[in-house]
Amino acid sequence: MTAVRKSLLLHGGLLIVLFGLQFVLPAYHHGNLARIMVLASYAIGYNVLFGYTGLLSLGHAMFFAAGMYGMGLGIRFLEMSPALALLAGLAAGLILALVVGYLALRTVGVAFMIVTLMFAQALFLTILYFGKWTRGDEGFVIQQPERVLWGIDLSDPVNRYFAALLLFAVCLLVSLWLIQRPVGRVLIAIRENQERARMLGYDIFAHKLAAVMISGGISALAGAVYGLLFGYVGATFASVQYSIFPLLWVLLGGAGTVLGPFVGTLFMFYLIDLSSALTTAHMLIAGVVLVAVTLFAQQGIVGELRRRFWRWLP
Amino acid sequence: MLEVRDISAAYGPVQVLRGVSFSLGAGEIMCLLGRNGAGKTTVMKCIMGLLPLSAGQITLGGIALDRLAAHEISRHGVGYVPQGRRLFSELTVAQNLEVGRLARRSGPEVLDHVLGIFPRLAERLDQRAETLSGGEQQMLAMARALCLEPRLLLLDEPTEGLQPSMIEAIRHVVLDVQAAGVAVLLVEQRVDAVLSVASRVTFVENGQSREAMDIEALRADRSALVRYLGVQ
Repeated sequence: MTAVRKSLLLHGGLLIVLFGLQFVLPAYHHGNLARIMVLASYAIGYNVLFGYTGLLSLGHAMFFAAGMYGMGLGIRFLEMSPALALLAGLAAGLILALVVGYLALRTVGVAFMIVTLMFAQALFLTILYFGKWTRGDEGFVIQQPERVLWGIDLSDPVNRYFAALLLFAVCLLVSLWLIQRPVGRVLIAIRENQERARMLGYDIFAHKLAAVMISGGISALAGAVYGLLFGYVGATFASVQYSIFPLLWVLLGGAGTVLGPFVGTLFMFYLIDLSSALTTAHMLIAGVVLVAVTLFAQQGIVGELRRRFWRWLP
Repeated sequence: MLEVRDISAAYGPVQVLRGVSFSLGAGEIMCLLGRNGAGKTTVMKCIMGLLPLSAGQITLGGIALDRLAAHEISRHGVGYVPQGRRLFSELTVAQNLEVGRLARRSGPEVLDHVLGIFPRLAERLDQRAETLSGGEQQMLAMARALCLEPRLLLLDEPTEGLQPSMIEAIRHVVLDVQAAGVAVLLVEQRVDAVLSVASRVTFVENGQSREAMDIEALRADRSALVRYLGVQ
């Protein structure tokens, strides 16, 4: 069996399992999994930039929040339909990615990390500053009637699960498609050896900018869908914590692997969830487990599986 | 075809090249010879636009390469195989070649042609580049550069660290490439390898080109090797 066929079977199989799980999971885990799939989509966006292109951003929450606020403010003030609001969220993320990418990509390494962090902080403070419209820290709720998309009530848990699965499937397949296309190979080539890729005739800046836009676009779409599915838009999602989360999820799951972002998000979500049921010092447990995983699986969970057993894993 | 005229270049405050000149015709193999640190690799970096010139000019078929961005130079038919190979180690052999081919937007027939030159690579298309032997990695680096369909190929120490059988294989490939009309600029430490493939040499010393000789003249009188390299 060819690597491409194995890969399609694996990823298609995961989507089928996720589809089937909603019929057997108890309500609590059902809701969790919907949330995990949306956050994993955000992590997939992050992985395009960090895992495949080798650019470490510390400000990705700005794209997630841009999508969320683009959608939420569109509904709240412009009375947009949910579909139009989702597009507005995506457009907000893409425009922000174009501007931030154009400026931040003039720096490299640590400077790039700091510049992205600063941009994200600027957006976070802007959201707080314009509290009259954004309701600042408190955020605002998207009411149930405003969450009906093409007659489908997204506040209903079953519909919400399906919508989350649809988003995740699209992001997963886009990621899989991207890395098997020439442009995906070039992004990996840039990560591996930027100078060499330039010597072959590739415009590094243009490719990196494209990566920022794809990554920012996926993250913004995830943010917009998150707000619509869970009915809340808040400044917390623009905070530095939400820039660190996708980095941790991707590192844990395996940077530069298609499945890594999902595995990392699932692992960390339930690690915190389960340890918080045991003790109030749950972050200590989570921290110890994270250190152990980092020590013994340096390429992340899926990355280690690829290194040790399944070399064909994309 | 390639004209390098009196070029100078520096790494920050350190002047590395102080006037290097030579020319190279189509289908010719010329070697830059000199001691470590003489500036040979720096000349290649200048041709590829990796290091800006502080003086002088580099033209290829009348096009001023020194005025182009680094990524535009290979589009004018310059392939570069740097010292240490610099492969995309996580990509497979096929993917490495694909990245090379697509940079020039060449058709798939280029891959067939290149794999005809390197049949060993054809047997390892799905293997990751990092798992190849040193000689195979060198072949892949050269094959990837040939996917650009170059008019000029720059090879920086292609036989470094290779076993004799692999060096012989590389020598044959260089001669095949030359026979196809590609000019080859070679930087090489192994004098025997140079004598067996190059048609001319230019000696580089302390960042300056000193003496250019036909290979026949060098074979007849090896005193220049003693003067510039300290070897017989």
